[in-house]
Parts: sequence; C-alpha cells; structure tokens
Amino acid sequence: MTTGSPTKPAIDGSEHPAVELVQITKEFPGVLANDRISLSVRRGEVLCLLGENGAGKSTLMNILSGMLRPDGGEVKLDGRGVDIDSPKHAIRLGIGMVYQHTSLVPQLTVLENLMLGESGMRLNAADAEARLRELGGSLGLDVDPRATTGTLALGQQQQLEIIKALWRGSKVLILDEPTSMLTPKGVEELEQILARLKGQGLAVVFITHKLHEAISMSDRVAILSQGRLVGAIEPDELRSATHDELQERIVALMFGRHASQPAVAELAAEAEWGRSRRVLDTEPALELEGVTVEPGMGEIGAREVSLVVLEGEIMGIAGVDGNGQRELAEAIAGQRSLAAGDVRLFGHSIARFKVAQREKLGLRYVTDDRIHEGTIGSLSVALNMVLKRIGKRPFWERGRIRYAAILSRARELIGRFQIRTPTPETRVATLSGGNVQKVVLARELSFDPKVVVYSKPTYGLDVMTTRSVRQTIHQQAREGVTSIVISTDLEELLDLCDRIAVISRGRIVGVVENGPSAQQRVGELMVGGKAA
Amino acid sequence: MTETTATTELREPPHLSDATPGRAQLGRVGDFLLRSILPLVLAVGTGSIVLVAIGVDPIQYYKDVYSGGVQFAAWQDSLMRVAPLLLIAVGLIVAFRAGIWNLGMDGQFLLAAAVISGIGSRFEEHLPNTINLVVLFLIAGAVAAAWTIVPAVLKARYELNEIITTLMMTFIGINLAQILVKGPFQDPSTTTPQTRALDFSALLPSIPGTESSTRRWPGVHVGVVVALIAAFVVWFLLSRTSLGLRLQVLGASTRSARHMGLDVPRLIIVTFLLSGMFVGFAAATEILGVKGYQRADWDPAFGLSVVPLVFLARLHPIGVIPYVVLLSLASIGGDYAAQNAGLTPKFTLLLVGLTLIYMALTEWIARRAELGGSYFPGASYRRQRASGTG
Repeated sequence: MTTGSPTKPAIDGSEHPAVELVQITKEFPGVLANDRISLSVRRGEVLCLLGENGAGKSTLMNILSGMLRPDGGEVKLDGRGVDIDSPKHAIRLGIGMVYQHTSLVPQLTVLENLMLGESGMRLNAADAEARLRELGGSLGLDVDPRATTGTLALGQQQQLEIIKALWRGSKVLILDEPTSMLTPKGVEELEQILARLKGQGLAVVFITHKLHEAISMSDRVAILSQGRLVGAIEPDELRSATHDELQERIVALMFGRHASQPAVAELAAEAEWGRSRRVLDTEPALELEGVTVEPGMGEIGAREVSLVVLEGEIMGIAGVDGNGQRELAEAIAGQRSLAAGDVRLFGHSIARFKVAQREKLGLRYVTDDRIHEGTIGSLSVALNMVLKRIGKRPFWERGRIRYAAILSRARELIGRFQIRTPTPETRVATLSGGNVQKVVLARELSFDPKVVVYSKPTYGLDVMTTRSVRQTIHQQAREGVTSIVISTDLEELLDLCDRIAVISRGRIVGVVENGPSAQQRVGELMVGGKAA
Repeated sequence: MTETTATTELREPPHLSDATPGRAQLGRVGDFLLRSILPLVLAVGTGSIVLVAIGVDPIQYYKDVYSGGVQFAAWQDSLMRVAPLLLIAVGLIVAFRAGIWNLGMDGQFLLAAAVISGIGSRFEEHLPNTINLVVLFLIAGAVAAAWTIVPAVLKARYELNEIITTLMMTFIGINLAQILVKGPFQDPSTTTPQTRALDFSALLPSIPGTESSTRRWPGVHVGVVVALIAAFVVWFLLSRTSLGLRLQVLGASTRSARHMGLDVPRLIIVTFLLSGMFVGFAAATEILGVKGYQRADWDPAFGLSVVPLVFLARLHPIGVIPYVVLLSLASIGGDYAAQNAGLTPKFTLLLVGLTLIYMALTEWIARRAELGGSYFPGASYRRQRASGTG
C-alpha cells in the first residue's frame, strides 16, 4: 500500500484531495451541461455545490458516480486518475450517492433494501444486521431493521439511503438535494449526520439550490451557473463573513453579476430596463383567482394562485423547476381542470372552456416540452403548424384535408419565423431544437393571439435562437399581446418582463416590479431567503 | 388537382418514409428490406430447418404450400380467405395507428359471426337478398363494435390498459359465442352444436369470372371486394381526413393530443368502434361468403395471425394487402402441405410465430445499432432528447 492509510482521518492540506475533478466537460445535444469544471474535495470536508436547476450540478455528480461519462477532463481519487465506467465501479471505488428521489423499494424491509445490492447466492441477514448496527451506531441512528421501508418517515428513509450509500465502505458521499423532502427537524438531523461523517474523515458533496443550507452546512461552497464554475467561497470566508454578507455574495455569483463590478452592472441593467419598459395603464387581460390544481404523480400542484396580468404586459413567473409551473400553465391552457378557483380572460370566466375553445379565443400555450408535447416528430413541419386547427377551414373542408392551403400557410410562417427546414414537408423530428421551437411559436402565434403562456421558451436553445425567441416575445408584447413567461432563468425574466412573480411549492410567494433591485429581490424569494 | 408534385412527402403517410436521424442511416429500400422482408425470409429458413429436423423435405413442403394454395381451384379458397384477414388487418391498423392496442379481435369476430349466423336464417325469408346481406353486414359490424365498448370506456375514462381489457373481453366473447350457438341459435334439426345453415342463395354472390371449371362452388364471393374497398377507405381516412390526422396525433402521443385540444376520450371510443366494426365485417364475409353456419367449436383465430402482418406492413392499410395474400396462401396451402407431410396443420402458425420472433429481434438489433425507424409509427422519434441535464 503506497497511499495513505484510509482509516486515518487526514484533514491536513498536504494530502491529495479525496476527489479531484479536472476540467470536466459534458455536452448534451444543444446544451453544454459541464464546461471545464475543476473541483476538489478533501477528506473530512463538506463541499456544497450550489446552483439553479440546470446549472450542471447533477450532471457533474452523475459523472462522479458513474452514471454518465465525461466528454473531457479527468476524475482523480486520492491523486490517482480513474475512469469510472459504471455506477458499480463507482461503488467499488468507494463513491456512494444518495439521489434526490428515493431508490428504496417501499414494500421491502429496511434490511432487505440494504441487502439488495449484495452479490452471492445466499443473503446473510445476520451479517447485514450487524453491519446496520455498526453503521447506525457510528451515525447516531437507530433504524429498525425489520420495519417495512414504505412506513418510515421521509427523513428516516433518507437516513436509510445514506446508510445504503455507505454500506460498502464509502470514502466519498454525494447527496443530491437531500433536504428537498425534509422537515426542519429532518434537516437538523441531517446536519448532525453530516458532522459525524466529517468526523470520520469522509469527503461529502452536498448539492442544493438553497442558499442558507449551503452557508450553514458546508465547509466550502462552489457555485455553478449554466454549466460553468462561476465562483467559490473558501472555508476562511465562510467562517468569517456574516450570513447576510455571504448571501449577497452568493446571489451575485449565482445570477451572473460579479460582485466586484456592481456599479457597471447596475448601469447596464438600468439602461436595458429603460429600453424595455412600457407604461402599462390597461385593463386586466388574464386573471387567476385562487387557482388550485391537484398534483399528479410526482408533482406539487398549484395552490390558490391569484395573479392579474394586464393587457400588453409581460408577466414573468420565476422559480425552481418543479414547483407547480407546469400545473399552473396547463390549467391556464385548459389541459387540466381546476380543483378550485377561476380563470378569467378579459373579464369572462373561461374555467369551463376546453383547450380548443381557449385557443380560438386567442389564449395560447407554448409548452416547455416541445419534443413530446408541442410537436409530433413524425409529422411534417407544415402539418405541425396546423395541429391546433385540425378539421377547420381553410385547411380542411368537409373533413377533407387541403394540402395546398396548409403548404402555403407553412411557407409564409417559415419565412416569417425564419425556420431553417429543407422543405415544409420535412418531418419535425429532423429539425434542430431551436427550429422545432420556432415551429411551435409559429403555430401558437398564428390567428390573432391575445394571451400567450410561454413555458421555458428558450430552455436548451443556443444563443442565437434564444435571442430571436426573446425578440419574438418582445415584438408580440409591443403589438399588444399579453404574455406570461415561465422560466427558471432569472436573467431571461429580467430581460423580458414588466413584473416577475415567484412561485414556490405551488404558491406565488411574491410579485416584484422589474427594475434595478428586482434581481436581488427575486433571487431572495427564489432561494427561500427573507422576502423583500 | 391544385396540389403540386412537391407535396409527395406530405401526402405519404409519415411512417412510409420512416428514416430517422441516426448514425447509420438506412434508406427507404434498406429499411423496407430489413423490417418488412428479412423477418419473413428468416422465418421460412428456420421453418425449413425444423422440417429437415423432423424428416420432411422442406422444398417439397413449400412446393405443396404453393400447389395447395393456388392449383386447381385452391386459388378461390386463398382469395376468399383474404377477405376476413384483410378486414381484420384494416380494423387493427385503425386502432394501432391511434396507439390503441385492440387485441380483442378474435372475441369480437366470433361474437359477430355467431349473431349473424344465428339470426341470418330468420331474416332471409322476409327480405330481398341484397338488403338482407347488407343488414347482416351492418349487424355484424355493430355487434363487434359493441364488444369494444367496455375496454373503450375503461380506457377513455380511467386510462385502463386496453391490452388487458380487450384480451379479457375476447375470452368472454369466445365463450359467449359458444353459448349463443349451443343455446338460442342452435339448429333444432341436428344434435351437433351448430346454427342453422343459411340458404345457399342467401350467401354473398360471386365475382363474375371467378368460377372454376374444376369445382361446383360458384366462385370467389364479393366479400373480397368489400375488403379491398375497406382497405382503400381506411387509407383515405388516415391520410386525407381530419379524423385520420387526429388519430395519428393520438397515436403519436396522448399528451400531444391533449395539448392540441383534441377530445381524447371521444377519439379513443371512436377508434375502438371503428376497429370493432371492421372486425365484424370480417366475420360477416366469412359467415355469409364461405361457411353459411357456425359450429360452437369453430375458432379460426384469424386475428392473432394477422398481428405480425400489420406491423410488417408498418400499419399501412394498402401495404398490408400483399402480406394478407401471402398468409392466405400459406394457410390454405399449408393445410394441404401439412397433410401431405404428415404434420399438423398448425405448422403454418409456427411460421407466423417465427416471423414475430424475428421481427422482435430485428427491432431490437436495429435499435441497438441506431439504424432508425421502427415497426411502431413515431416510436423512434421519442428517444431523441437527451435525458436531462442539471
């Protein structure tokens, strides 16, 4: 054995870090999820990875846990380069991961769940029980090995997940958004467990998008934004600065403005704001009153959402993904029924109207799932452009399709929205994501749109298309179209919107007038800090 | 015609040109050979090996299939078999295109057959022959369609998996058909459990010019023409009408259909009824064109042997015709060939089963090799987006 003894907790900096990520790059079609990220974690240290959804945190940790392979860069464990080609390999190397969503089988007992990963012909329950006692003891946990997993509280289930991740003697533990399901008491218990793990010399990586957790639970904070490492807060600073100072600094890093040049950025924002601002002295176009949507599987639902959007206004809805945005958007579009509340369009209730009727009234919905919902990949660009008008004139007459009308319509829209497609008859599946989005926009913005809900309109698009989509939204607003832009990208909302509402756990937690201080206030509302 | 020639691709049902962006693109021809021909060739090849293994000369066997299916007057039987097979195929295509897996066709078929063979003989005395036949066709269509209502409503309202419900309804349907034949529709003049035979003159008329000199049988009944017309009607429906596009949107993705404002529950029910109706017509051609009566133990299970064909033809109502002809030949000639070789007539089903297995293998290998395309329309387009970032 040439490397240091693994039993000795080595917190001193002379040792190799437990994990070192060097220039990790990972690209998905259309998205650079990790852009040359370098990070390291020492033994006995808790590193917090902080960033918005889509910042690349999970991708990075999936690379470390063998779920994904990087396109470039190197992973080093104890100073040695390793090529982690599978989750199994990662476990053998001592990397344990606790996923955001439970991987436990609810019908099985605690012990059975822990033995699931065992190989060999016979399961040795006695050994497993001893191991559970040992691990539980070292973490200060008392878990009944015979309890049915599904009956445990969420906090206990997570403790079990941690035990499972440590089952094979992990040296590195990764926790993906571990507090998202926990009560305040659960979070407190988790903090104690982390402290014990640190004491035992484990390297812990903790993924979160909650600011105060990052500050209170970690030794070091690394901030990711749009696939890049945009900053880090070192242990000295974490210990010496006050909570408010840290929060301010992190928000600035997270949302793109560097703290060292606040004046320049402020001025730029002011100028941008002046250009986009329009005086709104109009009637309400869309009113939501106590809109409540029952959650489906794995959803939050929407709870008593009340919001008034004025005619010609661009209203942003900011929030971390999965906080009820889709449920709300679908309720407005008519794809879901309301459990309570009312939706009014220009003063008239449309709660009982179906999707097609709302579409005809000028209420449009640009879905965020343009591949699986917004288009049919196996159909042509031209047909996709009229899918919300099937059977209607001039594209159909007495039930018979009129291709000439559909094609001439398509040619016009392709020109107007600058869609790059070989022909109008090309199947949508062969287009790039940006062009697919333009097809969706072309369809939704046809036939006199009045109120348009855009859900993550530029998600996954390249810079040029993003710009053109935003211009389209702006242009529409100038022509008097009322818009609701749902986005997880705060900069996009700051660029586009007159006001920004913040959604959290299915509720609107605040509405902020766009302006120089909006970024700060929305950021605080988003990360669950004090409301401005 | 105002449509320009440039509209060919748009007018083609989309699955026909099913090349998708992938690493190693297969052209249309390659894709056709791989998916629509190769499984058949492999099944025939494997069938030959099985034949050799049990001591039968495969060349002689396949020769017998041909002569038993075509020579003398056998071509009449083969052609007439096309009628029910094609109508079932068309019924399945309507449903499968809409992403609805109606697998209850055999129950729908037998029940419709039992009802019209049971009441047909009571009708014939009162009505002129042509009207009588039309009415019986419509009744058969209605009965089979009605048998889809329970799975249709369960899927439309409660999103219950129709594969399970239609299969269960098929078992009930088969047994109910037997009860009907043995009970209310029993021919009182015999102890054999069967319905009264229809009068010869009350059967479907022959297509002129299809009489055979070697047989007293009048000729090929017009049910075959009905089936061919049905295939064209469904092709027109799917490719030219608003309902057809709605069905295809539903088939591509229920989520999309909802997003586009389609009335998904209603579409599901309409699809089921249409599909059942064609299956009922299939039963009518067989009862009114060939059998004239129904025995309680009769269950040709046409539906199951048709399933691989509709996928080989990529759910195309015209494209499926050659496959149906091939299966008709193989099943009529197969009986003769099996008899000659001392085998069970079920040997044809072995070939059908082998074809299915090779289709599954083809699909799997093509997916692994990312060749693009699929037996399922639209399926290959769904895997494009990378699964999540962040």
